[in-house]
Amino acid sequence: MARTRAKPKAGMTRKRREALAAYAFLAPDTIGLLIFVAIPMVLAFGVAFFKVDGFGNYQYVGLANYKLMAGDDQLWASLKVTAIYVVTFVPIAFVVSFALAMLVRNHFKGIGWVRSAFFLPNVVSLVVVGLIWQFLLVDKRGALSKILAPVGLGDVSFLGTPSLALGTYVVISVWFLMGYQMLVFLAGLKDVPKELEDAAQIDGAGSWQRFRYVIWPLLRPTSFFVVVNSTIGAVTGLQAFDLVFVLTKGGPARATSTVVLYIYEQAFTFNNMGYAAALTTVVVAILVVCTGLMFGFTRGGRFDEN
Amino acid sequence: MKIRFFPILAHVLAIIAVAPLLWILISALKPAEDVFNFGWPSTWTLDNLQYVLLKIPMPRFMLNSAIVAVTVTVIALFFHSMAAYALARLRFPGRGIIFSGIMSTLLVSLPVILVPLFLVAKQLGLLDSYAGLIVPSIFHAFGIFLLRQYYLNIPRELEEAADLDGCGYWRRYWSVILPLSRPVLASLSVLFFLANWNAFLWPLTITRNPDLRVIQLGVSGMQGQYASAWNLILAAAVIAAVPTVVVFVAGQRRLVDAMKTTGLK
Repeated sequence: MARTRAKPKAGMTRKRREALAAYAFLAPDTIGLLIFVAIPMVLAFGVAFFKVDGFGNYQYVGLANYKLMAGDDQLWASLKVTAIYVVTFVPIAFVVSFALAMLVRNHFKGIGWVRSAFFLPNVVSLVVVGLIWQFLLVDKRGALSKILAPVGLGDVSFLGTPSLALGTYVVISVWFLMGYQMLVFLAGLKDVPKELEDAAQIDGAGSWQRFRYVIWPLLRPTSFFVVVNSTIGAVTGLQAFDLVFVLTKGGPARATSTVVLYIYEQAFTFNNMGYAAALTTVVVAILVVCTGLMFGFTRGGRFDEN
Repeated sequence: MKIRFFPILAHVLAIIAVAPLLWILISALKPAEDVFNFGWPSTWTLDNLQYVLLKIPMPRFMLNSAIVAVTVTVIALFFHSMAAYALARLRFPGRGIIFSGIMSTLLVSLPVILVPLFLVAKQLGLLDSYAGLIVPSIFHAFGIFLLRQYYLNIPRELEEAADLDGCGYWRRYWSVILPLSRPVLASLSVLFFLANWNAFLWPLTITRNPDLRVIQLGVSGMQGQYASAWNLILAAAVIAAVPTVVVFVAGQRRLVDAMKTTGLK
């Protein structure tokens, strides 16, 4: 304000110059995001009306791709797998990483190493994570079989049994992600003023009460971020693809076939690009509804109760 | 009692958390027949690593990954900082719309747009090329958002001083803002390098040519080719993981800073 008043004459040209400069600065990223994110997003809705073969020939088929979905048992199975994965993985990862954050919140000897140790799995790629656990879980010969042998679980095939494979996948995902979420919680905890806790303590609040009435309410925005983030990651994130692809390829008996893995298979194994695009639009719709619901329930994570 | 219990628990859990990684490292240094034996190797050997490095084009895969990861990181940080500068410090019509437009792309993850993105890349002739590996990976709103947050907090006086010296917007960005953002750029470069070195899905989709194979593809390809030769698979996994661990240890504080900032707001 003061600046424009100081140079009233240069006002107009300056404004215009600033705007032009801004557009120039924004151009590379904006164009890039348009071409490689926005257009593909919109395109998915368009391609969904076509049958696309391996040679890139498009044939308009109207709603046929959507009609196909009704009778596609594998789609429903993979949606169910994804749903089960989300409702187990998100809360478990939340509790584990929050507990870890509380555990390493205050200084103690060796805290640096402890925090890094929890984070380290997240540094390694999901491909490597998948291979590591495949090796640890090799039937009867893997390290885990040997560790569990004394309690009589040595013969369990964690990745080969349909009922266990998805659970195993959840546990591995938690191991992979907990350090990252722990850091996010730690950052949130850093914003909780120590004085508030001290005041509560002086007023006679025990550690549970301090947690319940001081720490927890102040952490709500952070918690909201964590839940939204890990839900999106679980439905359509790389871990829903890379890890499954390397670990089980969706097996056994499609017990770990997530919906993004299924879309990939439709597109690149069976060359049904149009159908894959239609599936994509459905997943996007589900995701929008989920995020909207979370936003609605929590008022954007703000929780202003008064 | 209480004070002692929790730190000890934390240390024990930390050891459990890294145990799988250490286990793989040790197993990769065991002779083939020992790989499933519990415990320390009877003899330590570098044969597995050597085999993977010499008999499989692992160096080629690593070079490809390094080229892609470094190029994407450098170009992305440059573009993102430019966009963030405009969004944080310049006034122009449509700023709000452009900002929310950019931010809304944050909701779109790669698996969601994989199929149409592949079709776009195909149309642009990016299939089976370094450009195909690099260009689509550059654009991501996350970096823009983080840099913008950082730029909002730089005191206006610094830029005004440059303005009085007759610097245009480019000079202000290049000589004032960029040097001031070295710490956040360093954090982001660690993050971007790791993400791109670890990328699997996009390279898997966009490349067929074995010469363009990146490290994660190379390593996952071992599964099929050397199905039961776990000593070799593990050696390859270790080779893929070592650079990430080194980058993490070297840039740990920076990475943690970046992570924290993302969680904050």
